[in-house]
This record gives sequence, C-alpha cells and structure tokens, in this order.
Amino acid sequence: MQIIKEYQLIIIGGGPAGLAAALSAAQNGLSDILIVERDKYLGGILNQCIHNGFGLHYFKEELTGPEYSKRFIDLLSETNVEVALDTMALNLENSEEWRYLHVMSSFEGYRILRSKAVILAMGCRERTRMNIQIPGTRAAGIFNAGQAQLYVNLEGYMVGKKVIILGSGDVGLIMARRMTLEGAEVVACVEVMPYPGGLNRNIVQCLQDFNIPLYLSHTITDIKGRNRVEQVTVQEVDQNGKPIAGTEKYYNVDTILLSVGLIPENELSREAGVPLDPRTSGPIVYENKETLAQGIFACGNVLHVHDLVDFVTEEAESAGQAAACFVQSGGCVKQDSKIISLKTDSNIGYTVPQQIRIDDVEKAVRVFFRVRKIFREPSRIVFRDQLKSEIASFKRPFMFPAEMENVNLPRQLLENISGTELTISVEE
Amino acid sequence: MVQEIICIVCPRGCHLKVDPENDYEVTGNACPRGISYGKAELKNPTRVITSTVKIKGAELTRCPVKTDQAVPKTKMREIMQLINSVTLEAPVKTGDIIIERISDTEANLVVCRDITNC
Repeated sequence: MQIIKEYQLIIIGGGPAGLAAALSAAQNGLSDILIVERDKYLGGILNQCIHNGFGLHYFKEELTGPEYSKRFIDLLSETNVEVALDTMALNLENSEEWRYLHVMSSFEGYRILRSKAVILAMGCRERTRMNIQIPGTRAAGIFNAGQAQLYVNLEGYMVGKKVIILGSGDVGLIMARRMTLEGAEVVACVEVMPYPGGLNRNIVQCLQDFNIPLYLSHTITDIKGRNRVEQVTVQEVDQNGKPIAGTEKYYNVDTILLSVGLIPENELSREAGVPLDPRTSGPIVYENKETLAQGIFACGNVLHVHDLVDFVTEEAESAGQAAACFVQSGGCVKQDSKIISLKTDSNIGYTVPQQIRIDDVEKAVRVFFRVRKIFREPSRIVFRDQLKSEIASFKRPFMFPAEMENVNLPRQLLENISGTELTISVEE
Repeated sequence: MVQEIICIVCPRGCHLKVDPENDYEVTGNACPRGISYGKAELKNPTRVITSTVKIKGAELTRCPVKTDQAVPKTKMREIMQLINSVTLEAPVKTGDIIIERISDTEANLVVCRDITNC
C-alpha cells in the first residue's frame, strides 16, 4: 500500500459538523488537518437550506443556511486546515497506529491517505420511496423533499405544479412553503404518525401560513400515472398503521415529495469496523464522541439525526477537541476508567453518548436523546442505576419526538452509582 | 375572543393565548419574546422571506437571498414577484443589498452567499 500523504487528523465531510470539528481541532493545537468533501463547495446541506432559523442557540441570531456555514468557512480560511473538494472518500481502514483513507478525485486520481485520527462527519441521506414501500406506478414526479430542495434552490428548476407531501419532517414542511412561494399549489401534507415529524415553528410558518392542511394518521396508499404522476390516494390509518377502508381521498397532483426520515450515512464507518447503534443507525460513542474503534470520532448527522444545526456544531466542537487530544497524547482518557452504559426505557428512542467514561467527564456530561411519543403534561426524565435508585431527575413541561432533548449529568452523581448501567426513563 | 397560537420564536413552540380585547394580553409564554411575538402575530403578522434569484457569470446559477428583517405577511406575494424579476451579476458578497426598502417596507433584500465569478 503506497501512502501518498500523512495527516494528524482527517475529517470526512465538509458540512456543518466537519467545519466545526476542523476549527475546534485547529484551535486545540493540531496543525496538520485535512477535510475531505465530495461536493465542489464546503457547507454541506446548508447550501441548499436557504431558509432562515439557523444559529439561534449558537450565534443568538437567525441566519440562513449559507450564512451559517459562511461563519465557519471564513474562520477556517484563517487557519492552515487543508481542504480537498470534489473528492470522494471510498474506503476507511483502521489499525492500531494509523487510520487509512482511500480517496478519489478527477484531478488527483486515486490516493491513500493516513492519519492519526479520523472524524466521521458524513451526514445523513433521505429515506426513499423504496424504503417505505408505497404501492403504485413508477411515474415521474416522485422526489425526496431534500432532492427537490436541491433542484429548486441550487439549480433553479421547479419540480412540479401541483404537489402533495408525504411525511411531516422538517425538510418536507420547508419545501411545502418553498414550492408555494414559487407558484406551485401544495394540496396537503400527509403524516402516518399521530403527531407531526417536524418542528412546531415549521408547522406554523410553512403549512398554516399558506392554509395547507396537515392530515395526521394518514398515508398515501396508491399512486396513479403513466409517464408523470396523475393521482394519489390518501387513506387514514388505524393505530397499527393499517389503512382504513372507506377513508380514501383522491388528489390529482403531478408531484409527490417524500419527507419520510433520514438515515445516517455510515458505509465508511461499517467498513472500518466501527460498531453502530441500531437505534440511531450511527456509531456508538463515548462522552467525547470517540467511537468504539480507536482513533475514530463521529459528530453531526452521521452520529444521530439532529433537528438543529446549533447542536451539530456543539457536538462537532467536542469531537474536534477530543480528536486533538487523542493525536497529541494518545488519548486523554485513562485506560482503567469506569465505563457506564446508558440504557433507555420504552419512552426513549436512544441516547448519545451511549457510554460514559467517568474519568473523562470534567464537570458534567451532556446527554442527548429523543422521546418516542408526545408528552403534553409536565414529566420527569429520570436516571436510575442497577439497584433502581434514582440518580438524577430533570423536569420538562412537555416533550415532542420531533425535538431532541438534552440534560447535563454532573460527574459527582455518576461517581456514586452502583453497577455500570444507568437507565433513562420518562415518568409522568 | 382569546386566540390560541403557537409561538415560533424558538423551537420550544409555546402555546400562547392572546386576548385582543384586553390590550392583546399574552399568556402561556416561557420568555419575554413570546409576548412581543403574540402581540405582533395578531396585530401585524410578519415573516422573513427567503428565496433565490438568478445569477450570471458564476458557476452557480442561483443565489440565495433574504429580507434582512421581517416583512408584513400580506406583502409576501408581492415581494416574491419582485424577487423573481432580479438577475444578479457575479461576483456578489453576503450582505450586498439588492433592493432597498423592498415593497415600501423597512427591509432590504440582501445576498446570503458569497459567489465568485468564473
């Protein structure tokens, strides 16, 4: 294997996660960093997210996607972080001392790079019609919402005139408004779950503002059309998600946008032997975003799907700092640290991190999670150890699956638990 | 009559109650921003408009733009028509003003992305 170049740290992906991770690693003392990005521009998905609302937490102001990424791109240009654009990462291999990354580009060809540490920041991709198995013809006019967003916002093509949206994820809601503003008619947004998949503000600003009806517990059960979509059938579903006969509604539309979930893009992680969590479809990580594969860190949507970029940035900064520490001193974590595994009850979908090394927690560790149903009444998030003793509890006035939650677990509390497991649950 | 609206200032999404007969009194808010949002949303609802305009002389064909402050909801259509009539020439810089005081509002239409010429 001929190694063409060597780095301290390689970051795979130049979106919001990769940008913040690179900056943070540079600020923490690394001088030899490479970002590998397959697009011609840095910024990732933010380039097509032209709507505003980014940065409220992090910058305390509302920015559009391109403005948010510009803040980081500008800061990055003042560092000596190297950027390889238009370059595809093909394969990642892990060994004791080095991480090997195979990359390809039209101007430099096939290259094998190696680095002490790697940060996975590949983001996620959309679930497709094939993932959710909608019956009907294979007419043109069926797009993923994010794919339509790329056509409309980056390339300037309208994708249809009369549109129905399946799924109420944020991208779908944003596209309902976008298509309406550009002159299309959006007839409805249809969601199979009994609650919306996207944020409240998007329900209000993107649907209610334009009188677009949102049908919860409904789905598309048929698509008709020979060349182009002509008609879709929408039906109400019962508690088990089965369509209810007699509830059929028919819409004559030429376009269907799918906003039916996102999947972290972990093909490279899998090849490198990074253990994944089936609940997040992302790597299992410790408190500092290090995966269970030595020297490989993860942040952003490749780790778990976020609803706010602000949290991606924070997570990436933590990964960048940890990767810098790993490169400089072979890891800042004592090998014999007690490890606590976080478990969830049925009300909670997952946690990130999944494992906490107590010695690596300075004052507190921030735990991110999602609830699996709506809690409209005040409830408590409770952490219990293996003896069922309550270790910590946090009050919430309400919680929604669409909005990621987080709590800070103080180190002091972690030191006092019995056993090596903590279970997080919601108690009403 | 008291109206129920969802606050969209932040992702929290407070369920506000606004009473137009009692000087637009707002309840159900978790922070002061909810009060001003609740009042404004009933008196004079406003939104920031984001869209794209054509750009020539660049590798990209579209340039993202926004109104640099919120504009009355009732002017959205009118402003979209103006936005769609614009063609820019590269290079442009984030923050460049394209149309001042668009549609007689306080807002300027501005560029949201640095785009170099090719």
